[in-house]
Amino acid sequence: MRVAGIDIGSRYIKFVLAEEGQIIVAEKRETGHDPLNTCRDLIDRTAPASPERIVATGYGRYLMEVHGDIPTITEIKAVARGAKAVFSSCRTVVDIGGQDTKVISLDDKGMVSGFEMNDRCAAGTGRFLEIMARTLGYSIEEFGVSCESREDKMTNAIKINSMCTVFAESEVVGLIAKGIPRDEVAAAIHDSIIGRVMSLIRRVGANDDIIFAGGCARNACLASLLSERLQKPVHISETPEMLAALGAALYAAS
Amino acid sequence: MAKDYTQMWSSIGLNLKGHDGLLTVLTEAYKGIYLSQKNRPKGMDYFDFVISEVHGLRIEEIFEAKKSGKKVIGTFCVYVPEELVLAVDGVCIGLCAGADVGADEAEKYVPRNTCALIKAFLGFKLAGLCPYVELTDLIVGETTCDGKKKAYEIFGEITNKVYVMELPHKKGVDGRSMWRNEIKRFADKLEELTGNKITPEKLLESSRIVNAKRKALQRLSALRAADPSPISGLDALLINQVSFYDDPIRFTVKTNELCDELEARIKAGAGVAAKGSPRVLISGSPMAIPNWKLHAIVEGSGATVVGEESCVGERNFRTLLDENFSSVEQGIDKLSERSLTVDCACFTPNTERLDNIVEMTKRLKAQGVIHYALQFCTPYMMEAFKAKKTVDAIGVPFLRIETDYSMEDMGQLTTRVGAFLEMMQTRANA
Repeated sequence: MRVAGIDIGSRYIKFVLAEEGQIIVAEKRETGHDPLNTCRDLIDRTAPASPERIVATGYGRYLMEVHGDIPTITEIKAVARGAKAVFSSCRTVVDIGGQDTKVISLDDKGMVSGFEMNDRCAAGTGRFLEIMARTLGYSIEEFGVSCESREDKMTNAIKINSMCTVFAESEVVGLIAKGIPRDEVAAAIHDSIIGRVMSLIRRVGANDDIIFAGGCARNACLASLLSERLQKPVHISETPEMLAALGAALYAAS
Repeated sequence: MAKDYTQMWSSIGLNLKGHDGLLTVLTEAYKGIYLSQKNRPKGMDYFDFVISEVHGLRIEEIFEAKKSGKKVIGTFCVYVPEELVLAVDGVCIGLCAGADVGADEAEKYVPRNTCALIKAFLGFKLAGLCPYVELTDLIVGETTCDGKKKAYEIFGEITNKVYVMELPHKKGVDGRSMWRNEIKRFADKLEELTGNKITPEKLLESSRIVNAKRKALQRLSALRAADPSPISGLDALLINQVSFYDDPIRFTVKTNELCDELEARIKAGAGVAAKGSPRVLISGSPMAIPNWKLHAIVEGSGATVVGEESCVGERNFRTLLDENFSSVEQGIDKLSERSLTVDCACFTPNTERLDNIVEMTKRLKAQGVIHYALQFCTPYMMEAFKAKKTVDAIGVPFLRIETDYSMEDMGQLTTRVGAFLEMMQTRANA
């Protein structure tokens, strides 16, 4: 059976078309101002190999439920399923998405047994990273590379303390004004994000194996900091941002 | 509303333009959240009516009561004994504090990071939107949390009618004797304000009225243990909210009538959801009217809220007043003893609350507990950690939420609650 999962996130819509567990299409587009149309287009383009069943997830999932009569699951359940499919030994998922960060623990069958999510504000999320990259004049792709090789990135004397994106930005502006090199500031920003994630991890616990999911898992500096702080290896799939869409597709099949 | 109250609102000094705006928003919210529910009991018609007249008929009643010489006492807390207010023929009203109203005005007096409930009671007054506060002759504060304590100083400067009761924070011998004295002082204050003497007969009569109200609420709570629940959590929350400002005798009659209907529903196996639907207990900070946010999210996600371990909920009616007294002094002893059975997080230690969470979870057959703390409500935010440990120990899923009255985190909360319900169901099926 051909099935599809669609993950309507705050920044990107991710679409996975699968058949008998094999991924046929995996596509990502900006969410923009008309996500419903983007979703329709992603689905329509699969014709004539259209999915027989679709499950939607992510922030915009209700759009699909209301306008497309498509069943929905939360991105927490979806990303857990996707991570388990790619890494069968997965027991913990750290997912840093556009507007929130989640740490999910899985039981030995792969079912969600607990989770923590950041409270309301955007600090410690992908959106925060984007804003900070822009403040320092980096593209989002080069941001993680800029400081990944810094050996002092964990022991860096510079700290970003603010819990709020707006205040953190002014903290960063202050550091730049003091003449601190921007890669050093970049390292501090990455470290502050991982600091926030670690407090969520401490509440849920981190059982092996740990999977790093969401678009931010592509950021090499975040990945290495997370692994160093945990003192454990962290596994990242080739397309970490697609795991929730994959999980939704797998639910559509079952 | 059935008639035009503009004249009355204007005479009590409301900001008419802002007030019209508030009523429009409230009416729309009520339509969207309440009137759209399916399988509502017929007995909710009365409460729908009460809400539609929240600033109309009820205000007119109180206005008339004042004209006949009665005094209106505004309160914010279940520790303040309603029995004494009724014993001096006063009208007791829980004041408006459940909407994001007048926050800009409130932030001229209190920090931005003050809990939403405190900001709201200041905001309602400062923006001239609460007819109840305008009609009060005395506003009774209490030293529960630090935020309220300091806010009452400011509220006193603004209104000139605040009286603060000193609530102890430990339930030892000294705390009990202090609170007993505070209740006595409050009784004296009420006698002085109204010129009415509290007699044993009056106090007994008022105790019966308030106990009858508590019994009706206990009855409603017990009926929610049925599967399926005969009433939605939203409707039950509303009834609890209305209990703070409706006429207590009429409220009791109407709630009991509703309970008769709910009993018939249970017999017929009818309810608001399918049998076996997920059941959630909500525990934590009070939800003042019209704060329906979390219930709306939980029930909108397909679960039923079966209980509120909250001041607007079980904490308000769990224990009855012992009516076995023959003098006012004895009555005051009983009032003091009863109120100190209330398990507010401002007390230390507060282990009774943990026991009560477990007791309610079992009695109401909740399959999950959502701990609700208003942001910056430190006592409940702190107790959430102990509550989690306690609920974990009985193998029931637990979700901790901190939020306020704004709608900006609706998406995030919907995801968290949704994932929590998925987790609950997975466990139930396992």
